[in-house]
Amino acid sequence: MDRFVFLTFDGLSRGAVYAAFALALVLTWRAARVVNFAQGAMAVACAYAAYSVSAATGSYWVGLAVALVGGLLLGAAVERVVMRFVDHSTPLNGVVVALGLVLLIQAVLGMIYGNEFRPAAPPFSRGAFQIGGVALLSRFDLFVFAAVGVVLLLLALLFTRTGTGLRMRAAAFAPDVSRLLGVPVAGMLTLGWALAAAVGSLAAMLVIPTELGLHPTAMDVVFVSSFTAAVVGGLDSALGAVAGGLLVGLLLSYVSGYLGATVAPMAVLALLVVVLLARPGGLFARASARSA
Amino acid sequence: MSMLRERAAATPATTQASPGRPRVWFRLAVTVAAALLIVLLTYVLPPFRTYQLATVGAYLCVTAGLTVLIGRNGQLSLGHGALMATGAYTLALTQNALAGDDFAAPGWALAVSVLAAVAVTTVAGAVVGLAAARLRGPYLAGLTLAVAVVVPSVTSTFDSVFNSDQGLPVVLNPPPGTVPMERWQAWLAWAGALLTMLLLTGLTGSRFGRDMAAVRDDETAARLAGIDVARTQVLAFVVSAACAGLGGALFALLAQSVSPGAFPLTLSLFLLMAVVIGGLGSLAGAAWGALLLVALPALAQSAGERAGSARLEGNLALAVFGVVLIVVMLAAPGGIQGALRRLGHTRPVREVARLIRHPKGGT
Amino acid sequence: MTGTPAEQPAGTGTETLDTPLLEIRNLTAGYGAAPVLHEVDLAVPAGRIVAVLGANGAGKTTLLRAVSGLIRPSRGQILFDGRDLCTVRVEQMIRRGIAHVPEGRGVIVELTVEENLRLGGLWRGRRGAERAQLDEIYDLFEPLARRRRSPGHQLSGGERQMLALGRALIASPRLLLLDEPSLGLAPRVIAQTMELLRTLRDRSGMTVLLVEQNVHGALSVANDAVVMSLGRIAVRDSAARLRTDERLRHAYLGF
Ligand SMILES: Nc1ncnc2c1ncn2[C@@H]1O[C@H](COP(=O)(O)OP(=O)(O)OP(=O)(O)O)[C@@H](O)[C@H]1O
Ligand SMILES: [Mg+2]
Repeated sequence: MDRFVFLTFDGLSRGAVYAAFALALVLTWRAARVVNFAQGAMAVACAYAAYSVSAATGSYWVGLAVALVGGLLLGAAVERVVMRFVDHSTPLNGVVVALGLVLLIQAVLGMIYGNEFRPAAPPFSRGAFQIGGVALLSRFDLFVFAAVGVVLLLLALLFTRTGTGLRMRAAAFAPDVSRLLGVPVAGMLTLGWALAAAVGSLAAMLVIPTELGLHPTAMDVVFVSSFTAAVVGGLDSALGAVAGGLLVGLLLSYVSGYLGATVAPMAVLALLVVVLLARPGGLFARASARSA
Repeated sequence: MSMLRERAAATPATTQASPGRPRVWFRLAVTVAAALLIVLLTYVLPPFRTYQLATVGAYLCVTAGLTVLIGRNGQLSLGHGALMATGAYTLALTQNALAGDDFAAPGWALAVSVLAAVAVTTVAGAVVGLAAARLRGPYLAGLTLAVAVVVPSVTSTFDSVFNSDQGLPVVLNPPPGTVPMERWQAWLAWAGALLTMLLLTGLTGSRFGRDMAAVRDDETAARLAGIDVARTQVLAFVVSAACAGLGGALFALLAQSVSPGAFPLTLSLFLLMAVVIGGLGSLAGAAWGALLLVALPALAQSAGERAGSARLEGNLALAVFGVVLIVVMLAAPGGIQGALRRLGHTRPVREVARLIRHPKGGT
Repeated sequence: MTGTPAEQPAGTGTETLDTPLLEIRNLTAGYGAAPVLHEVDLAVPAGRIVAVLGANGAGKTTLLRAVSGLIRPSRGQILFDGRDLCTVRVEQMIRRGIAHVPEGRGVIVELTVEENLRLGGLWRGRRGAERAQLDEIYDLFEPLARRRRSPGHQLSGGERQMLALGRALIASPRLLLLDEPSLGLAPRVIAQTMELLRTLRDRSGMTVLLVEQNVHGALSVANDAVVMSLGRIAVRDSAARLRTDERLRHAYLGF
C-alpha cells in the first residue's frame, strides 16, 4: 500500500512533466497543424544551454531563464527559417523536415558536448518527505507541480483573457478571415511555435534531472510518452493533454514500479495503440477520424 | 462500382500493355547486368570496400521497401529500424539454434534462417500495418516512432532470449571454397538486394502498384473506384516489412552479431532520409539512398579523423544527413533521382516523373 | 478628396469632381497562370453603394479578393483614396479603412459571438473594441446580444450574417466589401440588411461595394451597378436605369 501511494505521487510528478510537454505539442498542432517531432531535440538543446550557463554563473535560476528564453528564440527561428517554407499540402512533409531537424540538432549537440551522459543536478533535493512513514513527495516534485501549474495558468490567461490570445486562436482557425480583420497571421504562427518551444524546454528542464542526465537523445523516450499523452487527450485539446500527461505518468510509474523499468516503453506503446484504434479522437473527445 | 474500377484500371493498363512484356526482359537484363557488376566489383575492390559494398546491398533491401511504402503508398514509417531488428534477431536466434556445438550450421541452415527472418518480420509488419492502415499523417508517424524506441525495452525485458544490451552473436559458416568472407557477404547481401529490386519493380508496375498510387493520391477517389483502401495499405506495409526483415537479416550476417544499439531511432531516421534524398517513390532513388547511407558516414568519418576530433567524427554524418533532409524537402522534392532525370541522364519513367512533379498526385 | 478636378478626364458626367474612393484600373488578376479578371475598370465614388452583379463564376468574388489583397493582380492598378493598394498587405487593409465580409461570411465558428466581434476591433490595439462599440452592435443586431457566449457554429445563417456584418462595422470602415450578404436569408431579413446599408450610407457616408445574386435587393439600395460576365464588366449604369430598362435586364440579368 505504501508503495502504491509512493508510486502514485511519483506518477503524478512525472505526469505533470509529460503534461507540459504534451501541451507544447498541442500548442504547435493548434497553431500550425504540425506535430513537431523535433520538439524533444529542441528542448534538449535548450537544456544543454541552460546547464552550461548554470555552470558558468553558478545559478540554476539563470540557467532556467536561459532555457525558457532559448526555447522562445529557437521555436521562433525554426518556424521562420524552416517550417514556414515547407509545403504543407501533405502532413508528411512537415514530419520529415522536423525529423531532419532532430538529426541536425542532435548532431550539433554531440559535436559541442559529446555523446556521453552529463550530470544535470536538480535545483531542489529529490529525497522524498516522509509522512506517517510513507515516502510521498520531494521538494523537486513540488517544484515540478508549481512550475507546470504556473505555465498552465499563464497559458490559460493568455488564450482566454488577452487580445493576443484571441488573435492566435483566430489565426489558427481561419487564417484568411483573420488577415482581413488585421491579424498578423504569420506573426501569430511564429509566436505559437515560440511559446510551444519554451514550454517544451521547461519540460526538459524538469525531466532531465530525474533521469540519466543530459544527452542529445535524452528526450526521445519522453517525446514518445508525451506524444501518447497528447493523443490520449485528443491532440487538439489543452486540457486533454494535461489529463493525458497525468494518465501516462501514472501508468509509467505503476508499470515501472511493479513490472520493472524496462517494461515502461512497451506499456506506452500499448496505450498508444489502444487509444489510436479504439478512441481515435482521444479519450475525451467527440469521435472524429484520425486523418490529420 | 466494379465497372468504374475496370475503367480506372484499364486506361493506364492499355498504355502499358504493349511494353509490358519487353519490360520483364528489360528488368531481368538489368538485374543480371547488376549482378555481374557486383561480382566484378567484389574481385577488384579491397576487402574493406567490399564489405561496404555488402552494406549498401543490405541497406538497399530496406530503402527499396520503404520507398514503396512512403513514396508509392503515402504511409510514413519511422519503425523500419525496429522491423530490421526483428529480422536480425530472428536470424540470429534461428541460426544459433540450428548450429551445433561446434558453431557450424548445416549448409541449408542459412536459407532457413533468412526465410524465417523474413517470415517473422512479415508477420510483425502485418500487425503494425493493420494498425497503420487506420492512421494518417502524424498519428502514423507517432505510432511507428513508438515502435522504434521500444526495441531496447524489449531486448532488456526478455533478456534471457535477447541478452539485453550485449545482444547475440550470429553464427556464419565459413564461405564455400576459397572465397574470402567479405566477398561472400557481398554476394549474399546483393543476392537479397537484387531479388528485392526485381520483385518490387514488378510489383509497382502491376495493378497493385497502381492501386497503391491511387490510394496515396486520393483515398476517397480510390475507394470510389472500387479499391480496397485498407487492404492496399496493409499489403504495402507487409511488403515493405518483409524487405526490412531481409535487410535486417543481412545486417546480422554482415556484423555477425546483433544488439539493440545497432537499431537506434537514428537508424529509422537515416532510412527515411535515404528514401527522401533518393527521390520519394523512385526505386532507383532507393539505390542512391542506400549508397549515401554508407558513403556519407564514411566520408564524414575521414573528415573528422583529419580534423582530429572524435566528437566531429561521430556526429558530422548525422548533421549532414539532417541538413540534406531539410534542404531536399524544401528545395528539391524529387531527390537525386528526380534531379538526374531532369538532366536526362536516366531512362525517363513517365509515371514516376509525373509523381515527382505533382507529389500530391492529380489525374 | 485629394484629387484635383483638372486631372479628371473630361465629360464623365457631373458626379466625379472628386477622385473616387476606390478606383480599379485595367485590372487583370486570377489564380495561378490563367487570369479570371480581364482588364476591369471600376470607380466607386465615396458615399455610394455600387452593386456588382453577374452569373456564377463571373469573377465577382475574385474582384473583391483582389481589392482586399487576398490575390494580387498581374496587371493594373487598385487605388484607394488615390493611393496604390497593390503593395498593401492584407493585414493592413482594415487599418486603411477597408473591411471585407467574404463569401460565406467568414464567421469563425470556433470562437464565440463576442470573441468574433472583439476580433473586429482588435487591430486598434491592445484594448480592441470598447464596450460601447460592442453594445452599439448588439443594439443594431439584437439577436446577437442574446447569444454573446455562444460559439459561432451554433448560430443560424441569419445570425451569422449579422455577426459578420457587425464584426466589419465595428471597425468603422470607409469602404465595405460585401460578398453576397443575402445568401440563404429570408426575404424580410434581406430587406432589413439592405435597409441597414442604406442607413449606413446616408448617415455615416459609408461606401459599399456590394456583390449580390439578389438583383432586386441590390438594385433597391445601390446608386450604381455593374454586371460582370466572364471576368469583364459588361454593363455599367445607374441602378435606377438597370431596374427600369427592360432591354438591359433581359440581356444581362435574365429576367
Ligand atoms: N481558388 C481558386 N482557384 C482557381 N480558380 C478559382 C478559384 N476561385 C475561383 N476560381 C475561378 O474563378 C472564376 C471566378 O470565380 P468567382 O468566385 O470570382 O466567381 P463569382 O462571380 O463570385 O461566382 P459566384 O456568384 O458563384 O460566387 C471561376 O471560374 C472559378 O472557377
Ligand atoms: Mg462569389
